[in-house]
Amino acid sequence: MKTIARGNALDLAARFPGILTADARPGYSGWIVEKAHLLEFAAALRDELGYDYLSSVTGVDYLPEGKMEVVYHAYRTTGGPGLVFKVQAQRQDPVEVSSLVSIYPGAELQEREAWDLLGIKFTGHPDLRRILMWEGFAGHPLRKDWKEAYFEEDGKPLKSRWPEGKIVQAEDKNPFGDNVAYPDGFDPDKGKYEPDEALYKALRESQQDEAGLPTDRIIVNMGPQHPSTHGVFRVAVMLDGETIVSLKPVMGYLHRNHEKIGERNTFLMNMPYTDRLDYLSSMSNNFGYALAVEKLMQIAVPERADYLRVMMAEMTRIANHLMAIGALLNDLGAYFTPMLYALEERELLLDIFEAVAGSRMMCNYFRFGGVARDLPEDALEKIKDLFFERLPRQIDELDRFLTENEIVRARGIGQGVLTAEDAIRYSAAGPLLRASAIPYDVRRAEPYSIYDRFEFDVAVRSHGDIYDRFMIRLDEIRQSIRIVQQAVKGLPKGPIQSGKPQYQVRVPAGESYGRVEGPKGELGFYVISNGKPNPWRYHVRAPSFINLTAFGPMCVGQKIADVVAVLGSIDIVLGETDR
Amino acid sequence: MYGKGILKSLGVSARHFIETYLDDIRWLGRKRYGSPEGIVHRASKKGRGIFTVQYPEEKIPVPEEFRFIPFLVYEINSNGEKFYRCTSCGICAKVCPPQCIWIVRSSDPATGRPIPDPAEFYIDADICMNCGLCAEYCPFDAIKMDHNYELASYGRAIFNKEMLGKPVAYYEGIRPVNAAKENAARAAKEAVRAARAEH
Repeated sequence: MKTIARGNALDLAARFPGILTADARPGYSGWIVEKAHLLEFAAALRDELGYDYLSSVTGVDYLPEGKMEVVYHAYRTTGGPGLVFKVQAQRQDPVEVSSLVSIYPGAELQEREAWDLLGIKFTGHPDLRRILMWEGFAGHPLRKDWKEAYFEEDGKPLKSRWPEGKIVQAEDKNPFGDNVAYPDGFDPDKGKYEPDEALYKALRESQQDEAGLPTDRIIVNMGPQHPSTHGVFRVAVMLDGETIVSLKPVMGYLHRNHEKIGERNTFLMNMPYTDRLDYLSSMSNNFGYALAVEKLMQIAVPERADYLRVMMAEMTRIANHLMAIGALLNDLGAYFTPMLYALEERELLLDIFEAVAGSRMMCNYFRFGGVARDLPEDALEKIKDLFFERLPRQIDELDRFLTENEIVRARGIGQGVLTAEDAIRYSAAGPLLRASAIPYDVRRAEPYSIYDRFEFDVAVRSHGDIYDRFMIRLDEIRQSIRIVQQAVKGLPKGPIQSGKPQYQVRVPAGESYGRVEGPKGELGFYVISNGKPNPWRYHVRAPSFINLTAFGPMCVGQKIADVVAVLGSIDIVLGETDR
Repeated sequence: MYGKGILKSLGVSARHFIETYLDDIRWLGRKRYGSPEGIVHRASKKGRGIFTVQYPEEKIPVPEEFRFIPFLVYEINSNGEKFYRCTSCGICAKVCPPQCIWIVRSSDPATGRPIPDPAEFYIDADICMNCGLCAEYCPFDAIKMDHNYELASYGRAIFNKEMLGKPVAYYEGIRPVNAAKENAARAAKEAVRAARAEH
């Protein structure tokens, strides 16, 4: 596995004297940028050095040092390792850092998230509102001094469980449920509380005025209870007649602060929690997290385990894409027939997961340094039957069933277009990016695990419309079938775990970023360890969340009826969007 | 020709419909619904017609690794007394991600020293996330994951030691391969210990 090379042959410190210093903390890499020169540096990074894709933006609270840090991961869409740069600021309330939205519009939702959860104010952000929490929420929960309701200890395992584990239920501790705090001056019972005022104001501000007859605009809310939003997701649209003038996604209804839970958990405990992010593709989530922690622990994975991991990850991709295609067709009005045909094959994949990992969706199969258990006796036979005989046939049938259908084509072709430039600007990832003619796939751009051994093509389509996003998923299923076929043939014998299985792993201090090409796009885990049993910081770069940055721009100018189709073609899972 | 694609699509759905009945005719005389072979065939590489299983009349057999809510394994001696394998070492409580396992260790009333037997053992099954880490890391094969997934209830499901306990025979019934492996490993360990004791 390649690590991010410091400087990358370019002497960055010499190019930006006084602005840039190498991050010299043990276990850390990348560069620390002077706060005042952030915008200047980011512009040069994009225009001179070609790092055109800002993948991840997040914050870290270094409470003992009295500092807050914003961490950026930038990549080139032509491939290769990334560049990590950080900005540090004194820890206060709020911390102020300049916003990068003017240079990388893909940072928009991520900066809002960092503001919401960490209280980092990005000056110059066009629409800095809370995104996952509601307006009446007191504090910024990812700050280290923020404590949740029923707080017991900073880290698990909790001392109350053993050896004197007298069971106490949360509802007995606080029978009246009166542990809700509001920010100063906020009282939902008194005065006028208009939760959506700020949202509607932002909608009005983001519309582009055009010359012509002045007409009335109306605001329509779709969701959160709506079958076509794929979960509890809400879209606020401003309409001119039937045409969309501006659109804002509203999310957080399924927010559970996965990252805070992750920081309370031990490293191993996080593994089953990652299943619950994108619950349709839990194996890929396991994969990304395992890679990030293994990078920190510097342990290698046995060959057989690597093969099993790749097989499982590709099966997950197929299962996810089948679901995505089915759901998209549902949104287009093909009520449940294509969905159920797709689910049939997905069901067989889940049967394999159940036999191998023990659970259909919450697989929890990966461990640091390997996988949890070997294939049971008959599983390989099942996989062979499925991948050499049934699945290729059924995918061809699905193709025959849908691709030439005039209704699918009429609803898809030329609708919801995302141009190549916009796809990069908005940090779109996965099928969304590749359908817009950018052949960027982490499996190729920066191969992890053993992906460099397999023969497969990076699926790419050129129009960036709904139809291409549908087609590219079929293409990717076919490529994944190829990979699994090769993996089944090459599956070696041997151990599946390096070293003894341990429930309490020792993770040296440092930071690491593990990223995989998840079914929905680049899935990254940014983990910081300070040598203790619990991670100091645990951040998920969630593709379903960041892909929504491009949702608004894709819909402007479309008709209201196309919103569900565009959303269906992005393929979001709310477990991951809201985390 | 416009509409050809739609006709093709309709052809595919019609095929699914017709294949189901063709399969029924091919299976004349054999039981296609409600029998294990029928369930397996419908979802096999040969299956082309209907795919669904009519739960709860038909149930898909669960594989050995399937996991759902832990239980405690106990052994029964010739007098019919129960002996839990659990030594209340607390590893399962420490590894449990949602921290739903509560154990009270028992101690010798005379000396006050802890003895390897849990006084109380609770699992809050409403919080349990079925991850299986407790069973995976238990060094005494004392806690295992169950196969019974029909646990819907009106109340709060907090299981105590009595409700969690299941005999070894039950465990060997639902997970024969794993149980055989573990028994062999334990026998090997015993043999090593016996050999060492002789020296």
